[in-house]
Amino acid sequence: MREDRNTNILSGNGLTRRTTLKGLGAAAGLMAAPGFTRFAQAQSSEPIRIGFQCHRTGIGAAYGRWYERVTNAAAKLINDEGGINGRPLEIVIEDDGTDPARGSEVVQKFANQHKVDLVYGTLFSHVVVGSAPMAGELKIPYYVVSEGYHVASGKLNRYCVQPGITDVKAQVRSVAPWIAGNLGKKVTLVYPDYAFGHDHRDFFEPAIAAQGGEVVAKVPIPPTETSFTRYFPQIPRDTDVIYHVMVGPAVLTFVKEMGEFFGTGGPQLFGFIDSLEAVDINSPGLEFLEGSHFWEGMPRYAQADQPDHVSFYRETVGIDENGASLNDPQDVSTAAHMFGCWETLHVIKAAMEAADYQGPGDRAKLIEATEAMSEMEAGREHPQGRKVFNGKIHQVFGEQSISQVKDGKLEVVHRTSIDDGLYEPEADYTAMSF
Amino acid sequence: MTNAKSLWLHAAVILLLFALNFLLPEYHRGIFSRVMVLAVFAMGYNLAFGYTGLLSLGHAMFFAAGLYGAGLTVYHLGWSIWPALGAGLLAGTLLALVVGFLALRTTGVAFMIVTLMFAQVFYLTTLYFTTYTRGEEGLVLPQAMRTLALPGASFSLTDPATRYMAALALLTIVLGLTLILVRSPYGRALIAIRENEERMRMLGYDVFANKLASVVISGLICAAAGAAYAVLFGYVGSGFASIQYSILPLLWVLLGGGATTLGPLIGTLFMFYIIDTASDYTTAYLLVVGLALILLILYFPKGIAGTVRERWLPWLP
Amino acid sequence: MAFGPYLLLATLEGLVTAAVLALMALGLSLVFGVMRVVNVAHGEFYMLGAVLAWWFASLVTGHPAIGFLLALVLSPLVVAAIAFVAERLVLSRLNYEPEATIVATIGLLYIIQQLALTFYGPEARPVQAPFDMRISLPWFGYSAYKLAVIAASILMMLATWFALTRTKIGLVMRATQYDRETAQAFGIPVGRVYAGVFALGAALAAVAAVLIVPIQQAHYLMGLDPLLLSFIVVIIGGLGSLRGTVVAAILIGLSDGIISMFFSPTLAKMLATLLVALVLVFRPQGLFGTVAR
Repeated sequence: MREDRNTNILSGNGLTRRTTLKGLGAAAGLMAAPGFTRFAQAQSSEPIRIGFQCHRTGIGAAYGRWYERVTNAAAKLINDEGGINGRPLEIVIEDDGTDPARGSEVVQKFANQHKVDLVYGTLFSHVVVGSAPMAGELKIPYYVVSEGYHVASGKLNRYCVQPGITDVKAQVRSVAPWIAGNLGKKVTLVYPDYAFGHDHRDFFEPAIAAQGGEVVAKVPIPPTETSFTRYFPQIPRDTDVIYHVMVGPAVLTFVKEMGEFFGTGGPQLFGFIDSLEAVDINSPGLEFLEGSHFWEGMPRYAQADQPDHVSFYRETVGIDENGASLNDPQDVSTAAHMFGCWETLHVIKAAMEAADYQGPGDRAKLIEATEAMSEMEAGREHPQGRKVFNGKIHQVFGEQSISQVKDGKLEVVHRTSIDDGLYEPEADYTAMSF
Repeated sequence: MTNAKSLWLHAAVILLLFALNFLLPEYHRGIFSRVMVLAVFAMGYNLAFGYTGLLSLGHAMFFAAGLYGAGLTVYHLGWSIWPALGAGLLAGTLLALVVGFLALRTTGVAFMIVTLMFAQVFYLTTLYFTTYTRGEEGLVLPQAMRTLALPGASFSLTDPATRYMAALALLTIVLGLTLILVRSPYGRALIAIRENEERMRMLGYDVFANKLASVVISGLICAAAGAAYAVLFGYVGSGFASIQYSILPLLWVLLGGGATTLGPLIGTLFMFYIIDTASDYTTAYLLVVGLALILLILYFPKGIAGTVRERWLPWLP
Repeated sequence: MAFGPYLLLATLEGLVTAAVLALMALGLSLVFGVMRVVNVAHGEFYMLGAVLAWWFASLVTGHPAIGFLLALVLSPLVVAAIAFVAERLVLSRLNYEPEATIVATIGLLYIIQQLALTFYGPEARPVQAPFDMRISLPWFGYSAYKLAVIAASILMMLATWFALTRTKIGLVMRATQYDRETAQAFGIPVGRVYAGVFALGAALAAVAAVLIVPIQQAHYLMGLDPLLLSFIVVIIGGLGSLRGTVVAAILIGLSDGIISMFFSPTLAKMLATLLVALVLVFRPQGLFGTVAR
């Protein structure tokens, strides 16, 4: 068993920007001796504490462990480069069991016991929605990395922000034109029969219709299901494209059974990589995926033309060219989502510096500073690509990748533009009180 | 004499919980509010399981009926808290009446399986109507609507002290009700049915009616807990209808002690703190929780309060 | 798809589900029937069987059948050993008190889940099927391995039936089930019989898991749904009736798939569950159970 205290201080060998600017000569000696440098020049050398609501157990655990690795890597990087406002960053981790009730308790624990500055890092939508009321009541900023439409819908509160990953509505709208243009216009949707799947259904239908396509059938799968073949006959014969998205332990079964059912002569496949996150694309039974297409938030496999900042990001979080852990090639990452942790932490850093954040008293200022953001350039802070943040709906918009399975690897064949995904905002958080 | 002792004990527990509102650190006060509501759920379950001997694996549906009854009326119809709570109670009671009427045709393990399946249907129903419930993702009740109107004043349920007092009030009512119930002739009849159903039938008791009443009251209490949970914590979701929330009250009751009035509260508190504490020290905290459950049941086979009653305090109700 | 082929597919799928379910339920039924304990950890023995299958299969290279067969032999043995130890250390000390064993097996569930998460991880991992063949029917393709699962399950059921009714071990088990005290008086070591039954029950769950793992992957949370379904199967079939367990497994396997031909999947699941529940409401002793318990 690993001895792993929840508190995880990543300080000690960092340098503040001020040290570097002011100290120069004197600091030169210290810089050679990590561990001796203090964050003394800042008004306060107390660490900035970020509560990381992590899916260590429960259905989200496969994502959780990679979210944790990326968070630690990004926090270490930020500390190595001087911390935030000259203060080191400390990540405090609590497991939410991927459960909304526990999630809400964890937010309480962060705010009232750990006394963190903000809460961050939740992925699964039901945990986000379950925790959001408590974050609002305790008036603690809640930066989620979830890709759900919950934040942008305006149903949460002013403290909930999603600045590091594009939401599902924009993702779906981004890929629809490419599907209609390249794969076909008659689409059958296969999706889980709960909110996550319904979002895909409700956002995709109008998006494909706008491209002159249509949804010819919808196959919602109950979440307790473990085998899927019996539902495939509901897919009409004249379907051009099967659009599939599933999550949970049975996803691989789903993809495999689709292969057995259709063989090689079936309709085109377009899937959300959510179905195969943390799963090796070369697993036995997945051979038929060759040639099919996937949405990816960020490419899992290293691409031939990737910019330096992407290489830097992949190296820092510790994934090889196949998107698996450097330590264990069997340990496949959740590359299409986990970049959101990296980017969100950098957004938090930028917002804290813009707001000159000193402590919990400045939480409202921090939210306002985040709301004021708009353009985010691709680079080390944003390795997934350029983004535009909409402060009114607290949601960021980025480019999406469409990849094809070629020789057992995912190769990006198209990159959507940010404009493809934009939609009319349905809310305005900035008009809400704190 | 024993009567007075037990009354004093319960009054002391309530008084202690009242005092804790002012003494507990903020985090633990928040947790106690939640635990008290869930303990009410466990108390409702205890009435059917502990006192009447009906092992149900479906009580999540009564909790969730209360949760959705209150939550959906607030969210979609804009009802204020009192009528919404009423809707939650009504939903849970009606459901318990129907389920009890059908499921009580069976006994023992068959009853366990029938309730399990009905609860599964209820859970799937909350997903099937995702358009209204948002399924597993759930709904957030707007803060502004979570205001409790009392004569002369209104309180926001988002305030920690108000929430604590509201939860304590609910716990006090249900604890009092349970105490009265189990000491009444009706409560004694339930225990007698648990011990020997045949004999009660021969003595002329309508066993079915008595058991049905027990299931309905149990469902009502669980629904009250669910409805309170919705308005106090502002979130409703399918997770609360899943099998996990049927197993949890069983576990809480067994840990605390079945057929004891205070056992459910003790069991719920114990289970919460063992998880919370263990997760502070290790990421593999479920291992610790599992070991703790096994050790506890080895040394307290009748649950904490149950074993205490058996060995030391026979007057404990 | 036309009605006929669709029905054929739904039936095939239902039979595969039933085959695996029947094996797992048989294990649960033994434990439930002989020891009268509700074993909440039964699903975790199933999960453990799948996880170990992945581990054993990954140890060997060469033809996938070697790894699979290795797993089929070793995984149930290891699971049985673990169950044996758990029974001796915990359940026997609780004197098989029904309520206390529920708590203890929930504790066991947490422990097994955590160990699987810590040492195996949160990912879903597949085991390669011993042979890879796709039967191309005129209307759809079907995995030949799935048909083999049905056959293997039938063989296992027959073997268990033979052991229970035609061997001395079976006789001892049945005697213990029928009347514990009398069995003890006749010199049957009831404690060891119980431990053996508990281990056998767990081994059957593990066999079911090894059979399913080339179709569905090993995942540390895979135990819950099969646990619930096998409880349902045991009770619907009638406690202690092997025939009932098989019939109930087929009923549940098929009803789901066939009802889903007419309704949307979730609604179909709701209706199927309700239907099966009503069977029990109107026949509380189960399909093949006797009235007195």
